Amino acid sequence: MAFLELVGLTKTFGATVGVEAVDLAVERGEFVSLLGPSGCGKTTTLRMIAGFEQPTAGRILVGGEDITARRPNQRNIGMVFQAYALFPNMTVADNIGFGLKVARRPAAEIRARVSELLALIKLEEMGDRYPHQLSGGQQQRVALARALAIRPQLLLLDEPLSALDAKIRLSLRNEIRAIQRQLGITTLYVTHDQEEALSLSDRVVVMNRGRIEQVGSPFEIYNFPHSHFVASFVGTLNILPAEVVDPDAGIVRAAGQRIAAAPGLPGIAAGDRVMLALRPELLTLNRSEGMDNHLEGEVETIAFLGSIVRIQVRVQDALIALDEFNNPNLDLPAIGDSVAFGFPREACLILDGSG
Amino acid sequence: MPSRRVLGDWLGVVPFFLFAVAFIFWPAMALFVGAFRDAQGGFTLANIVALFQPFILDAYWLTIRVSLVTAVGGGIFGFLVAYAAILGGLPRGVRTALTTFSGVASNFAGIPLAFAFIATLGRVGMVTVLLRDVFGLNIYDRGFNLYSFWGLSLTYMYFQFPLMVLIISPALDGLRREWREAASNLGASNVQYWRYVALPILLPSLLGTMILLFGNAFGAYATAYGLTGGSLNLIPILIGQQVRGDVLHNPGLGYALALGMVVVMAVSIAAFSWLQSRTSRWIRRGA
Ligand SMILES: Nc1ncnc2c1ncn2[C@@H]1O[C@H](COP(=O)(O)OP(=O)(O)OP(=O)(O)O)[C@@H](O)[C@H]1O
Ligand SMILES: [Mg+2]
Repeated sequence: MAFLELVGLTKTFGATVGVEAVDLAVERGEFVSLLGPSGCGKTTTLRMIAGFEQPTAGRILVGGEDITARRPNQRNIGMVFQAYALFPNMTVADNIGFGLKVARRPAAEIRARVSELLALIKLEEMGDRYPHQLSGGQQQRVALARALAIRPQLLLLDEPLSALDAKIRLSLRNEIRAIQRQLGITTLYVTHDQEEALSLSDRVVVMNRGRIEQVGSPFEIYNFPHSHFVASFVGTLNILPAEVVDPDAGIVRAAGQRIAAAPGLPGIAAGDRVMLALRPELLTLNRSEGMDNHLEGEVETIAFLGSIVRIQVRVQDALIALDEFNNPNLDLPAIGDSVAFGFPREACLILDGSG
Repeated sequence: MPSRRVLGDWLGVVPFFLFAVAFIFWPAMALFVGAFRDAQGGFTLANIVALFQPFILDAYWLTIRVSLVTAVGGGIFGFLVAYAAILGGLPRGVRTALTTFSGVASNFAGIPLAFAFIATLGRVGMVTVLLRDVFGLNIYDRGFNLYSFWGLSLTYMYFQFPLMVLIISPALDGLRREWREAASNLGASNVQYWRYVALPILLPSLLGTMILLFGNAFGAYATAYGLTGGSLNLIPILIGQQVRGDVLHNPGLGYALALGMVVVMAVSIAAFSWLQSRTSRWIRRGA
């Protein structure tokens, strides 16, 4: 049995649906991200698990025990908030020791646990400081230590890095992941940053409008999205309207051309309108032998994004982005040039036409 | 040109400084000088010595007690009212209504307030009569007297607690939801949250407001005069008697009494500031 189970979890605020019939099973020690656009119900889901919101329907089980009706302070679940949640009137050490203090643990035990955690977050020297004397990144590390001090059975993080600048975000997320691995604590991590979710998680839960769209490993989510929403939310995606020609052979017609996709399109008949989705990094500039498909168009923009160059090509009504790895010998076309690009049939994602 | 900039920066506050000199420093100086002058204009310590007569010391003590009781009482009551309106999950409208009421009530003092209380809780006040005739409860027989220490304190409370509401509301708004949730998440009960987090965070504001309430009651003259007509021996009333030229006319003593008030306030402010600095070590300074 999974360690954390959400069963038909639902929360409505008056007429607004915050979370709708969410079913999820998280294994012990797993790191799972909730990913989705603003307002999709990530925070609400987390707050129900922590006990700050009472579900309208559904159950929450931790270690097989139903905790749905338990008060937040009886759940032993650690939570890290977006920002500014440290108690401003307490030093770093007192913040970290707070959970043990209210549990009336002996002072010596609290002191030992606090220094252990200060070492874990590499802030040994900062125990006597007040929160306002710390940087944003340090504050979030303290918040993490404070949540971990009580040895929670579950760790919840709600966009803990969103208030920090890009560099710190990157290093801190790796630090959080390393600490999580070291402690083996079951973790639910909320983010709207797809890169963060993909790079950190064992599994990613993609949410949209209060519902789960897809649950899978980062590899599955990125390469085999089940819906148009998942495909477009995770990574960049080019969309061309297409018409199915031969579902068994995987042939569609898009931009006035025959395109060979992976054979055996499930649940689709000839003549259906579908979406042909292409990842920019799977498109190769110019014609080459061995490519299953080619399309032609006119270069509209060229943008340097550091390690890659993104070229946008107008193909009929659609603007197609294709990424090339940057290198000094790259032979780039000029804006306005007519170019061709190729892609293998495996690169073609065929998604529901309704979008 | 930096010097022009600096001049410009200071120009804006000139009216404030003029105001401060004309209405604070100048009267304070006059007070100080007046307290050490006899009727002929010569130097004397007689006024100061006169302060130590028993009935004047009693008056100081009574004034301090009234101020302390209404500052603490009004402070606690105002805090609870603001807490209920802001954190008690009441509809938004309650808070708006309370703010409006507090804005008006905190300024409703003096003769009109005294009259309002006399008309309701006086010997033949509406509420007194209503209680007596309808409920058979004669509050004056039961020991209540509007013209006594507690009656005066009750009347002062009417403007004290709204002032507390006005001042403490922003501080209550400043309590972040995350603090309460983080505390509860870490296993704290509601009482523990208030004891270790919310009250320590509010304490500097609470102390600051209390001293304001104290000063507010300490200097109140018209309400007390209107209510008791001078039967209660309060310092502001004594001062009034010295400077309004009737039988007790002695401006020098009036100045000395006022100087005594300044001293009491200065000592209280110093004590409160010391407490405040002890409770606000965690607050960001400078920056
Ligand atoms: N207390 C509330 N009252 C009314 N509606 C709410 C409340 N809390 C959340 N909602 C609504 O529920 C939906 C989900 O909100 P939620 O905060 O869970 O989204 P989120 O995925 O965390 O978004 P974000 O990325 O912006 O934080 C939204 O439509 C929101 O407006
Ligand atoms: Mg959120």
